[in-house]
Amino acid sequence: MKVVLQNLTKVFPSRNKKSNEEVVAVSNFNFEIPDGKLIGLLGPSGCGKSTTLYMISGLQKPTSGKIFFGDDDVTELSTENRGIGLVFQNYALYPHMTVKQNILFPLQNLKGADRPSKEEMLERAYHAAKLVQIDELMDRKPSELSGGQQQRVAIARALVKMPRVLLLDEPLSNLDARLRLQTREEIRRIQKETGITTVFVTHDQEEAMSISDIIVVMKLGVVQQIGAPQEVYDSPQNLFVAKFLGTPPINVFNGSVKDGKVYIGEDAVLEVTNVPDQEVMIGIRPEGFNLDAEGPLKCKLSNVEVMGRDVSIVSTHEASANPDIRSIINADNKVDTSSETVRYSIKPHKLFLFNKETEERIYFEVK
Amino acid sequence: MVDNKQQWKAWLYLSPAIVLLLVFTLWPIINTVRMAFLENYKSLEAAGGATFSFGIGNFVKVIQYKRFLTCLKNTVLLCVLTVPLSTILALLIAVALNSIKPLQRVLQTIFFLPYVTNSIAIGMVFAAMFNIVGAFYGTEQEIIVTAGIINNVIQFFGGEPINWINYGSTYAANITVMTIYIVWNALPFKILVLLGGLQSINKQYYDAAKVDGTSRKRIFTRITVPLLSPMIAYVVITGFIGGFKEYTSIVGIFGEKMGPADDAYRLNTMVGFIYDALSQNNQGRASAAALILFGIILVVTMINGYVSKKRVHF
Repeated sequence: MKVVLQNLTKVFPSRNKKSNEEVVAVSNFNFEIPDGKLIGLLGPSGCGKSTTLYMISGLQKPTSGKIFFGDDDVTELSTENRGIGLVFQNYALYPHMTVKQNILFPLQNLKGADRPSKEEMLERAYHAAKLVQIDELMDRKPSELSGGQQQRVAIARALVKMPRVLLLDEPLSNLDARLRLQTREEIRRIQKETGITTVFVTHDQEEAMSISDIIVVMKLGVVQQIGAPQEVYDSPQNLFVAKFLGTPPINVFNGSVKDGKVYIGEDAVLEVTNVPDQEVMIGIRPEGFNLDAEGPLKCKLSNVEVMGRDVSIVSTHEASANPDIRSIINADNKVDTSSETVRYSIKPHKLFLFNKETEERIYFEVK
Repeated sequence: MVDNKQQWKAWLYLSPAIVLLLVFTLWPIINTVRMAFLENYKSLEAAGGATFSFGIGNFVKVIQYKRFLTCLKNTVLLCVLTVPLSTILALLIAVALNSIKPLQRVLQTIFFLPYVTNSIAIGMVFAAMFNIVGAFYGTEQEIIVTAGIINNVIQFFGGEPINWINYGSTYAANITVMTIYIVWNALPFKILVLLGGLQSINKQYYDAAKVDGTSRKRIFTRITVPLLSPMIAYVVITGFIGGFKEYTSIVGIFGEKMGPADDAYRLNTMVGFIYDALSQNNQGRASAAALILFGIILVVTMINGYVSKKRVHF
């Protein structure tokens, strides 16, 4: 089932009666979610990603704009008639019911012709439980389960009605680091197996990048960029997206373009064509540095961290917008730790130019 | 380990509370037990130097009193009628209050007002509401003229006025008035506790129920009530304990005679029985009755506890 968001906007009235400031949680969101894909809504807290999810679910009404499931306009449809499955951040499992009762609950709410027989309900509940591998825990109460198991129960409960769209609100935020890795693979697997169009919300870029087919990066209610994770990482449309994706984060410098050369401080690091002379912000991914004794970028070496496969070099440069510059290079390169300076050449496709005021990307061609 | 000096300080700070508890709580309890087991104990005679032998005579006498059985019956009847009724009403009102946004605070205050009002005063108002005022008031020649607002309403709808509480009224009418009064009086506290419980239920459960298309009735029976069950259990247990101590409410409506003029003490309760014994200076009998009441409350609370263990979730 494809999901279409058309000019979706949500404005919350001001809480403070004195000031009339309205909060625009989501502004003019346009997006067609293709059928059967896993979509990650990504952004810092307060960016409107959860609001978007809740508007798709129907728990919140959009101020303006439309939502379609396939060709059906569901904007005015109430939650229970949309055929969605929703997994809450805290799972919202009913604490007084067993796992089985929790999973059966949505089915028992069905009325009339939709209501399956008792045997069919049980069969479907066990099917959903098997899918998330909790069929052995059916008689436990939620309080007797680990966080990861509770998460699976919540997913099973959302899946048992065979929803048209599955929505997950921060599905991994309550799990510890190891479980998180495991569970995100699990979500990917379940989504692949069921083929249900799935939207999940996260503030963790790594999480979004690792399992999504498409990520949507949002900031203050406005969509910044939509695309495949690698595509967005390799070609961010603005400085915010560039900064938000990637660990360690991108290194940002104040620089300029003069006579077809990109300058970081005094160092001309790259020659480009078709960019007029101007002040710019320069972003270089940590993996965009080559150790080069003759390299144009001269930095002060402060620390070398050995990570086995890679070496992380921490250095400083007066034009850097951050206190440190962090580069990651292959451990085969030997770093002279006694030296005070370190020199780099830059991989051109790992360097991005941004307009100093708008922070929009300036595209260039390498000479 | 806390050193000695620290321990002394701790005891010093605790001492005011401990002294008060010893004098006004612990000693009276011990003394009650002592007096209950001394045959025919009267404190006036004890002060005069009389001695009393140990025995269970006080208990035997209490149980043999016909009035004691009346008191027990009234107490149990009122408990059984009022506790479930007030709990169910309080639950419905709390859920309704919780689901409305405008005027919630105002209504909350209004519903809580009875709690801060003197129960004797409320009793007098109720007595006036259910009253029948006429000539020869309280005698067999009484000419019935209705003046109570309840009977006015009944007459307005074409019904016959009912003699609720006056001379010649029936036991059933008396109990009805008492039930209405006690339930009304018990509501505020129960609503407060249940409303507090409702407001602490995570809203996500209701969102989840909404996503699953749960009907309102099912949300109430399958989600709200189970999640509220600890509060409901608390309200029921304290309700029963309070119910077994019912006394002032009856005095409030019927006066110290605890019944209509032609049948005084008809509505007497356990606590009323204890007061009577005390006013006759029979501390031994009062103590024995108090211990019996304590035993009943203990058993009922244990049954409550047992039932709630099976029914209360978490």
